Amino acid sequence: MRNLGTLARILIGANLLVAIAAALRAPTWDALPDAWLDYVAVAEPYLLLELAVLNALGPWLRRLAFWQGSIVVVAVTIAAGVLADMLLRRLLPLPANSLVRYLLGALLVAGALLFYLYLRAKALSPALIEARLQALQARIRPHFLFNSITAVLSLVRSEPKRAEEALEDLADLFRVLMNDNRDLVPLGDEVNLCRQYLALETLRLGDRLQLEWHLNSMPADALVPPLVLQPLLENAVYHGIEPSSDTGVVSINIFAKDGLVHAILRNPYRVDGGRHHAGNKMAFANVRERLALHFDAEASLKSRVTENAYEVHISMPYRTARNSVPARPPAAPVSADAGGRR
Amino acid sequence: MSDEKLRVLIVDDEAPARRRLYQLLEDCADALPLSIVGEAGNGREAMDLLHAVAADLVLTDIHMPDMDGLELARHVLKLPHPPVVIFTTAYQQHALDAFEVNAIDYLVKPVRVPRLLTALQKVPKLKPLQEITLAKLPSGARRFLSITERSRVMLVPIEDIAYLKAELKYVTIRTVQREYLLEESLTKLEEEFGSRFVRVHRNCLVARDFIKGFERRVGDEGDAHWEVLLRDIPESLPVSRRQQSIVREIGRLAPEMRVE
Repeated sequence: MRNLGTLARILIGANLLVAIAAALRAPTWDALPDAWLDYVAVAEPYLLLELAVLNALGPWLRRLAFWQGSIVVVAVTIAAGVLADMLLRRLLPLPANSLVRYLLGALLVAGALLFYLYLRAKALSPALIEARLQALQARIRPHFLFNSITAVLSLVRSEPKRAEEALEDLADLFRVLMNDNRDLVPLGDEVNLCRQYLALETLRLGDRLQLEWHLNSMPADALVPPLVLQPLLENAVYHGIEPSSDTGVVSINIFAKDGLVHAILRNPYRVDGGRHHAGNKMAFANVRERLALHFDAEASLKSRVTENAYEVHISMPYRTARNSVPARPPAAPVSADAGGRR
Repeated sequence: MSDEKLRVLIVDDEAPARRRLYQLLEDCADALPLSIVGEAGNGREAMDLLHAVAADLVLTDIHMPDMDGLELARHVLKLPHPPVVIFTTAYQQHALDAFEVNAIDYLVKPVRVPRLLTALQKVPKLKPLQEITLAKLPSGARRFLSITERSRVMLVPIEDIAYLKAELKYVTIRTVQREYLLEESLTKLEEEFGSRFVRVHRNCLVARDFIKGFERRVGDEGDAHWEVLLRDIPESLPVSRRQQSIVREIGRLAPEMRVE
C-alpha cells in the first residue's frame, strides 16, 4: 500500500469501475456525464479517505496474513463508507438508501482489488521471485579475478602483508558473489564490499583509478539488494578507467532524501571506437530487474551522459530492518566512513 | 638475434602484471639465458622503446589502452628486425579461439613458470607473426597507421588523418603537418575505419571531421563539379559525379557547414 505505483493503480482501477457503473446506469449517452459526476462526487472522497486510512495502517497491515489483511480492508471499507456518507450527507442531497448502495459498490470494488492483489501476489510468489533472483545472481567479469590474482602473486615476494590483505578482500568479495543473494542487506555492508572491490581495482590500476566518496549523509541502515552497487562500479572501472592510460575519477555519492535512498555513481565517459563493448548493458539490466523484484515501482535506475561523464542514478525506498518485514536481524549501524582500512 | 641471451620486452598496462612477468622471467633465467630489455604500459610506449632497444620477444597483454597488443603486433612487423610476439591475457577461452585456430601463442594469466619456459624455448625457432594471420584475429580498428621511413616506424594517429588518397602502388596519408606513403589498399582501409571517412572519389577517402564545406567549381569547358574544402589544410579535393550525394548528405548533417 505504501507503494505509489500501487496507489495510482488502485485509484485508476476504482475510477474505471465507477465509470463503468455510470455507463450502465445512464439510460442514454447524453445522460452519462451527469450520472458519472453523481458517482464521482460520492466515490472520490470515499476512495481517498479509505486509501488514507489504509496507507496509515500500512506498516501494521504488512505484518498480517493475507486473509487477516482482507478482513481489515473490508472493515475499513465499511467504516470509511459510513463516515464518508455521514459527511457528504451534509453537503449533498443524497437519497435515503444511498449508504447501502454505495457500501455495496465499495465492497465490490474492494473485493475486486483484493482479488487482483491476491492473483498478483500469486504470480509474484516468493518462490517465483526467489527463482528469478537466483537466476539474476550478479556475475563478476572473469578477467577481473585473474588479473587480481596476478596482482596478488606479484606482491607475494616483495610485500606479503599487502598480498594477504588483497587475498582477504578477494575472499570477502567472492563470498558475497557466491552467496544466495535474495535477502536485502544493510547499505553499509554493500558500501564496505564496494570499498574492498575498489581496493583490488586500485591494486591493479594504480594511480589511474581515483576514488571520490561522498557518504556523509548515507543511511547505512537502509536495506538494499546485495550487490546493487558493486556491478555498477565494476562497469564504471571497466568503461571509464581501463580504456585510458590517464587518471580518471570514479565518484560515489550516496544520500537519503524524502524517504528515498539515492546513489549516484559517476565515471569518465570514454568514446573509444567500440573496443570495450557489451557486458555493461547486462549488469545494468540485471541490477534494474533485481531492484524491481525487491521494490517494484518504488525503485528506479537511470543513466545519462553528462559532459565527459557517465552517470548512474539509483533511487530506492529507505527501508530499515525496523520498518519492513523482518527478514533478518537488524544490522549494527555502520557509520559513514567505517570499514575503510585504506 | 643475439646468440647468447633472449632479449625480452614486457608490455602490460597493469604494473603488478608487469612485475609478475618480471619475476617469472627471472625464474626462467636459470634454465634459459635471457635479459629483460624494458617494460612498457601500452603498445605505443612499446613501439617507442623498440626504437631504442632491440628485442627478440615481446610479451604483451592483449587489452590495453591507447594501443592494444594486437595492434602492437601489427606495427612491430614494420621494424627492420621484427621481434616474435607472444600474447598474455586474463580473458576467457572463447575470446581466444581465433588464436588457437591461427596457431598464435598466448599465455593465460596468471602465467606459470613451466608454461612460460616452454614458450620462451620455442622463440628462436619462431618467425614473426604474419600480417595476414593477425588480420584474422577479432580486433577493432587500429588507432594508428604505421609507416616505415628510414628504418624508423612512424605512428600516425587515425584522428590526425585528413584524407587518404590512392596513387598507383601507394596510399597517400595527409595530416595537417605532412604527407606519408602507406602500402595498403584503400578498400581495406575503408572497411576498417568505416564511418570516420567518407569516399568522395574512387581514389579518395576524406575524414568527416576535416570537411569544412563544399564548393561548386566550373571547369574551362563549362562542366561543373563539387570540391571538398578541408579544415586547416589549404587544399581541395574533387567529388566524383558518382559520390555527389555526399555533398547534400554532409551538408544536411552539419548545417553550419558552408555549402555554396
